[in-house]
Amino acid sequence: MKDINLIKQPLTLRFSSYFFLIFWCIVAAFPIFWISVISVKLPLDAFNSNALNVIFGPATLSQGKGLSFIDITVGLAIILFTAKLTTGWLGRKVNQYSPNGYLGFGWIIGSMTFGISFIVVFFAIMPSILSVLNEYTGVLGNNIIGFSTEHYSTVWFERDFINNFKNSLLVTTGVVTISLTFGTLAGYGLARSGSNLAFWILIIALVFRALPHSVLVTGYLPFFINSAEILRPIFGDAAPTLYGMPWATVAVLVAINQPFTIWMLRSFFQSIPAELDEAARVDGCSHFQAFRRVIMPVMWPGVITTGLFSFLLAYNDFLVTSMLLEAQNTTMVPAIASMFNMETTTTDQVVAVAAAVSIIAPLFFLVMFFQRQIVSGLTAGAVKG
Amino acid sequence: MNQKTFFAFIGPSVLMMVLFIALPLATVLKQSFYQTQSVYETLEVETCSPTFTGQVCVKEIKTIPIIGDNGKVITQTNYVGLSNYQNVLELPRVIAAFANNSWHEFMLIDFWKALRFTLSFTLITLPLVLFFGLLIALCINNVAKSIRGPVIFVSLLPMIITPVIGALAIRWLFIGDGVLTSFLEWWLAKDIAMFAQAWTIEFMMTFYRVWHVAPFAAIVFYAGLQTVNQDTIESAIIDGASRWQKLRFVILPHLMPLIVFVTLIHLMDAYRVFEEVVGFSSQAHVISLQWLTYDFLTADLMGNRSIGRASASSMLTMIGITLLLIPVLRGVWNDYKGKRL
Repeated sequence: MKDINLIKQPLTLRFSSYFFLIFWCIVAAFPIFWISVISVKLPLDAFNSNALNVIFGPATLSQGKGLSFIDITVGLAIILFTAKLTTGWLGRKVNQYSPNGYLGFGWIIGSMTFGISFIVVFFAIMPSILSVLNEYTGVLGNNIIGFSTEHYSTVWFERDFINNFKNSLLVTTGVVTISLTFGTLAGYGLARSGSNLAFWILIIALVFRALPHSVLVTGYLPFFINSAEILRPIFGDAAPTLYGMPWATVAVLVAINQPFTIWMLRSFFQSIPAELDEAARVDGCSHFQAFRRVIMPVMWPGVITTGLFSFLLAYNDFLVTSMLLEAQNTTMVPAIASMFNMETTTTDQVVAVAAAVSIIAPLFFLVMFFQRQIVSGLTAGAVKG
Repeated sequence: MNQKTFFAFIGPSVLMMVLFIALPLATVLKQSFYQTQSVYETLEVETCSPTFTGQVCVKEIKTIPIIGDNGKVITQTNYVGLSNYQNVLELPRVIAAFANNSWHEFMLIDFWKALRFTLSFTLITLPLVLFFGLLIALCINNVAKSIRGPVIFVSLLPMIITPVIGALAIRWLFIGDGVLTSFLEWWLAKDIAMFAQAWTIEFMMTFYRVWHVAPFAAIVFYAGLQTVNQDTIESAIIDGASRWQKLRFVILPHLMPLIVFVTLIHLMDAYRVFEEVVGFSSQAHVISLQWLTYDFLTADLMGNRSIGRASASSMLTMIGITLLLIPVLRGVWNDYKGKRL
């Protein structure tokens, strides 16, 4: 029936659809493409008013920093090959080797191994092979596009971005694990209960979802700063000052995230037929056993999707982490904000751009690995809830 | 599921929401009526400076904060009633501005400036997001299946990108001699400074937000388009419905719940506009309500944070979002009751 629909479409309409989509894809990708181009150029090229100079980077090239035709072809080939592998091969391998019921861990380990091996191949093995290859291939080995990674090494090694990266890692891991643990339990309970109370909890969660984060931070900040004195009667002298502790922000982010998590997980649990837990109950499982042994193994897609969105919230957060952590010891996103605010020379600006690209690069791979899960997550809340 | 198991399952999550959301909210409400200030004392201080002829001493009366035994400034917290709210709302200035009939003067007051921007930003981006989301979804639905995957992949990029960095990416296109500014200058043949006045910054912010949210709307609508009842479409065609009528009377009603959903989510998120102000460094021209609270909370040079005023502006922000959401939530509520009956 779809086909009838397609055949009947006038040619102009189909053409304009294609045309608009091409236009949209350019608009969607251009800013991201552009900052990645700037980040590998020397300042003179990066902020040149001529767009072609920015892309080809003559000033960068004149310093002997560039990519040859061979570099570009091999690099693109490896990227395309990786993309191909992630869309099909990786999923099959993960399904094949994951022990039963642990598909989620399988995915986490599989994608991490894959990511690390890609980084090793792309940034360590490939450049050394190519530099040898370039010497023996004559014209094809000459540099044609300016390319310099010096700003990246400035960001990561001189500006101590690794410390920020560690904090980000700590915060995101904490947020994802805690909010999923609490969220799956609550989501399951809410999905299987038709009571009025469940309905009201969901409505209140929706209202909490609407709270501007600054409101919550206003509540936390005085407590966090004075926590050592406030908590002294309970913990004695071991009472910590929560301000500036990355793990303390985890609690805040989990709380902010919880309403959304339980809504999404509830709609995933609702799509699992209740007959499944009834069958398990008949076989003598308690509610909790049914949840753990029967429902959770089929819930992994939903859990992975919700985990992805929790990850994005924690990773992208600026307001909470910049307010509750000290400026020297933040996660990556607040760190970059302070970087571009104090930028004085054009080199500093390009360094800030390189830091920005470093932050969004993992997100790019995330979409590549998990496109299907993200789409299903976006639609799950809307269509079923 | 009996009550006991139900509570066992939802207990941890509800407890956490009470502890970490409801409790902080209650503290914010309380803080908004109190003010913490350093305790000052007035002292006569004699400062002497050496000159050629000897020492010249000046006696003056200074107010300095009292420093306690632990080396910190002693503070005290007083109940101040509504004065925090008065400090945020600055009603006398508002009345003066209205007496002078001066919109400009009114817009110099931080809170009202932030409120004006937040509301107009929310209400302008909403229709744009819905329109472009629907357009992209219809176009994706219209093209060959093989290219839908790549298009959705590219569309997801603006959506999942870190908001501060997304805003920065747009800013770097326009800043100074950025590629788009030079293009505009060449096209319009005049000098353009995108960061010198409020309206161009607001335009870029709106562009950024639509760029960031339209993919979300598009994917939700695209999923909805997959479930349009084909029989209804066919009978509409047999009845001689034009393409526009098909869209207006079959497809849009089908998508209505999704449009309400996207509206709800977008109202919540756009009202929280904050990252744009940081990314575009626009605090001199354009500020939002969340940014105002953030600014009150940020320590000034003396290390003081105006918690009281921040709490008051938080409460006002919350009242705003509640008012904004009531129409949408009432629709959802009526819908729910209708289903129950």
